Amino acid sequence: MGSPLDPFVLTVLLTPITIFLLLGLVAPLRRSGRLAAWVSIAGALTTFGAAVMVWRGVAQLGAPVRRVWTWLPEAQGALATVGFLADEQSTVMVLLVALVSLLVQVYSLGYLSDEPDPALGRYYVYQSLFAFSMLGLVLAPNLVQLFICWELVGLCSYLLIGFWYKKPSAARAAVKAFWTTKAGDVGLLIGIVLLWRHTGTFDFDEMRLLVEGGLVGLQGLSVITFCLYLGAAGKSAQFPLHVWLPDAMEGPTPVSALIHAATMVTAGVYLLTRMAFLFALTPDVLHLVAWVGAGTALMAAILACAQNDIKRVLAYSTVSQLGYMMTAIGAGFASAGFFHLLTHGIFKALLFLGAGAVIHAVGTNDITQMGGLAKRMPQTMIVFLVGTLSLAGLPLFGGFLSKEEVLAAVWAGGLTGPFVFLLTGTFLTAFYMFRVVFLTFFSQETAHAGGHGAGHGGHAPHDAPALMSVPLWVLAGAAMAIGIYFTLNHRETPFHAPGWLALVATGVALGGVLLAWLTFQRRAINAESLARATGPLRMAAAHGFWVDEGFIAVYRGVLMVLARVVGWVDRYIVDGVLNVVSAWTVSAGDGLRRVQTGKVQDYVVAVAVGVIAVVLWLRGAM
Amino acid sequence: MLSILTWAPFVSALIIMAFGRSRPLLVRWTALAGAAVSMAGALWVFVNYDTAAAGFQFFEQISLVPSLGISYQLAIDGMSLMMVLLTAIIILAGVFASWTVKTRDQEFYALLLILVTGVFGVFVSLDLFVFFLFYEIAVLPMYLLIGIWGSSGEVRPQGLFGWAFGRTGVGTKEYAAMKLTLYLLFGSAFILVGMLALYVAAGSTSFSLLALEAVQFDPALQSWVFIAFYIGFGILAGIFPLHTWSPDGHASAPTAVSMLHAGVLMKLGAYGVIRLGFGLLPEATHEWAWLVGGIACINIVYGALSAMSQKDLKYVVAYSSVSHMGIVMLGAATLTESGLNGAVFQMFAHGIMTGLFFALVGLVYEKAHSRDIFRMGGFAQMMPGIAVAFTIGGLSSLGLPATAGFVAEFLTFLGAWTSAHSWWLFPGVIGAFLTSLYVLRVVRAIFWGPKSTDPHFQNLPDAQGTEWVAMILLVGVLVLFGVLPGLAIEPIDSSTVPLLMRLGVL
Repeated sequence: MGSPLDPFVLTVLLTPITIFLLLGLVAPLRRSGRLAAWVSIAGALTTFGAAVMVWRGVAQLGAPVRRVWTWLPEAQGALATVGFLADEQSTVMVLLVALVSLLVQVYSLGYLSDEPDPALGRYYVYQSLFAFSMLGLVLAPNLVQLFICWELVGLCSYLLIGFWYKKPSAARAAVKAFWTTKAGDVGLLIGIVLLWRHTGTFDFDEMRLLVEGGLVGLQGLSVITFCLYLGAAGKSAQFPLHVWLPDAMEGPTPVSALIHAATMVTAGVYLLTRMAFLFALTPDVLHLVAWVGAGTALMAAILACAQNDIKRVLAYSTVSQLGYMMTAIGAGFASAGFFHLLTHGIFKALLFLGAGAVIHAVGTNDITQMGGLAKRMPQTMIVFLVGTLSLAGLPLFGGFLSKEEVLAAVWAGGLTGPFVFLLTGTFLTAFYMFRVVFLTFFSQETAHAGGHGAGHGGHAPHDAPALMSVPLWVLAGAAMAIGIYFTLNHRETPFHAPGWLALVATGVALGGVLLAWLTFQRRAINAESLARATGPLRMAAAHGFWVDEGFIAVYRGVLMVLARVVGWVDRYIVDGVLNVVSAWTVSAGDGLRRVQTGKVQDYVVAVAVGVIAVVLWLRGAM
Repeated sequence: MLSILTWAPFVSALIIMAFGRSRPLLVRWTALAGAAVSMAGALWVFVNYDTAAAGFQFFEQISLVPSLGISYQLAIDGMSLMMVLLTAIIILAGVFASWTVKTRDQEFYALLLILVTGVFGVFVSLDLFVFFLFYEIAVLPMYLLIGIWGSSGEVRPQGLFGWAFGRTGVGTKEYAAMKLTLYLLFGSAFILVGMLALYVAAGSTSFSLLALEAVQFDPALQSWVFIAFYIGFGILAGIFPLHTWSPDGHASAPTAVSMLHAGVLMKLGAYGVIRLGFGLLPEATHEWAWLVGGIACINIVYGALSAMSQKDLKYVVAYSSVSHMGIVMLGAATLTESGLNGAVFQMFAHGIMTGLFFALVGLVYEKAHSRDIFRMGGFAQMMPGIAVAFTIGGLSSLGLPATAGFVAEFLTFLGAWTSAHSWWLFPGVIGAFLTSLYVLRVVRAIFWGPKSTDPHFQNLPDAQGTEWVAMILLVGVLVLFGVLPGLAIEPIDSSTVPLLMRLGVL
């Protein structure tokens, strides 16, 4: 039954959870801070090594490795199992998760060097738990394990967003993230339960066999896939459930890189990729996925242009790119979306970590306060530029190929509307990213960037220490390597990309770069008048299209009002009736007590009245 | 063994009453010893229970009144096994949690332990007469425990029936104690009538559950006896609209009593409905399942919404109990294997969870002297241990995987969707979502977020000494059964499958 790869897969899964338990339960180790960090990093390194072995092993084997153990027993065997399913798809994803997780853990040690020791230890406890949950999610052989890990990564996200819990905004953002994704998870849970009754299994493999055998009824299947999609939409920040992701930037920047860019937020895309065989049966839901995805991509790209906080630009950019992946899945070509997920994971983590290095050096998130940092932080500038070029989708860089594949998939799927959305998004992506690059690294120095700002220690900004810069270079190298490798070895795709597409996509992206250059570097175009030219769109963007306000209105205006009404009814009506009854009883008792006067005359009168009444009644009855 | 674990607390209570006068340490150690013996017994039974063999095990029998067919007959199956284990855990934690009781500790511990003997007795006895005796032992000491050691809250007499509130003294501990006791005695009257009706219909020869199980009762009789059991036990399980004793009672009761009451006694109600209602009256169960499940749905959503609107921490926890007991009743009403397993698992999980909550609320109150959620803030910086434990409890109550709460809810949802009334799934899931709203709101307001500037809330200590034991014990159990649910599901399954067979479902 076992495979020679089993020990490696188990190492991938069990190392992080062991570290989590070790750090979580052994308080002195946790409170030691840096030692805990190194233990955790050693664990992450082990995990990464094992992940590489698994990835190569499965590729050589050419077949998936699968083991399950009973988790929830029932009369006939197992109701639900846990275990792993290591196939081509999951092992690539494991590799990405393990790599980014390792690099982020190393980077964090530099980034959070000012934290007190116990806080640092707590941070690595969460990091290890996250690594375990995310890997467990990716390797899940069935929907139950996926859901368990899905919720656990959500928990880690909650804990890490709220890492600086003394900040009210961080505590609020953490809860908001949890609630929003939980709203989607309600859909996911319902979908899982419905699908279980529909197919009789939670298991991906069994389900695939049923679908291939044509044994899955189409009746009502759309409802099920829609419910599953709701969960994915919450996790992967699709409109209108995207509102939590920008706020999640309250967490430490390395957390944003790992959880809110490279791994957890892509879980929704991963779920849909995993279940693509099922979604293929419900084209109507796929259509919805594509349109919502394209709409999200465009909307978030517009919003990204209106942000001054470097992390929020990147956050909206993540929302936008998740929209690209979803659109490709909706077009019926999940592999294109998944490829974009992988490249995006690398270059977006790179951008976040690069932004972290900048923030760490300058002490502010506001790009209008920065400028001219290219001279002071040349290394950071280079890696950030690599990430930007990837994201903007310029040839030779990783993002170019995957974005072109997404566009080609959407075109091949015959979705003209979403295609136009995405192409417009491409222009905006190049524009907002180069806006950041020009404002941060190239335009004139401002007070902050000049070194008078609140940068750490108050001295002039400089490149990050080795702990932070090595991960940056590794990611930059990876982003370049992916781009070059796949430019030379063309990926096989199930659809045909029209020849003009690469040219158009590049042209559009270059157009965005040009506009950003004219506006923010040459200052040939006044940024203010450019913004004004967009008219009402600008105001809408400034308010995030009022989605937040909508949710708050529902929460305050519907849920809380309903809760108050129910609370009032319970207290004053349901309980009120009861109290009325008992008050009557007490009053009646008081009243009746007076009947017991103790005077014989009264009793005699009462008896006499009674006798007369009985006699009269008896006569009446006769 | 069942007798030992049942009577050990009672013996401790006797020793405490005899020798405990002004010897506080002796009182506590005796109580601890009694609870520990019960715990050891429960663990022994848990380990030695044969999950492969269905039905009752560990029989003990002494004939009491042969002419009426009354005998002291004890045995347990998987369902009662989990309840016995739950009771043992909660009382052990409860003894630790009430270590700091100051007034009349001798009587407090004695009454608490007598109550526990009653609870154990209900779960292990097969003879309905003895069952009822134990039931009353479990209910009555509550009046004194709340009335003497409770705390008064504040409810403004206003609204439509405001005059009645003033008249009955809403909010005081005496009111809460009286309300709870009257409610439960009202319920026992129904139960007694139901039991006697079955006894007579079966030929007045035996009170034994096993004998009664073999009898085919007339459907009309079944129908009204089921309702009698449902109301009688349902009051204790907090079914809507007969739940209002619970928030007042739990809010006024001292810590250990809240723990026992919400943690164990409410389960006793659900246990009664399943054991006597479902077990003895199969036709009526099918007839009335729609009612049980429908009311359970109301409980889930209504309880959660009520909890959202509360400002007093104890009321939030109490209403969340009302909501979670809805899950228990819902799972049971599905009449499916996963649903019923979920119901019993939820009885266990919720017992531990709510016991933990009330223990923590007690600790917070003892240190901060406040239960007002929105006055407190940032307590995590002063009491990290309590904050973490409370957060884990909260996550379990909103059904986070890897805690026991998830397993219970998940099984119940599976059962609901495969039951005859599949729409029950939706109130259940919505309730779980609403729970995440109010739980996280409370957790953030009290523990995380910025520190309160109120001078009363500075330099509060974290949990100390015995308080840690109670916290760690309960959190550990919550996580253990969430990660390895098979530990509980296997024994539970060995009792629910026969039950479902009797109901003609499997």
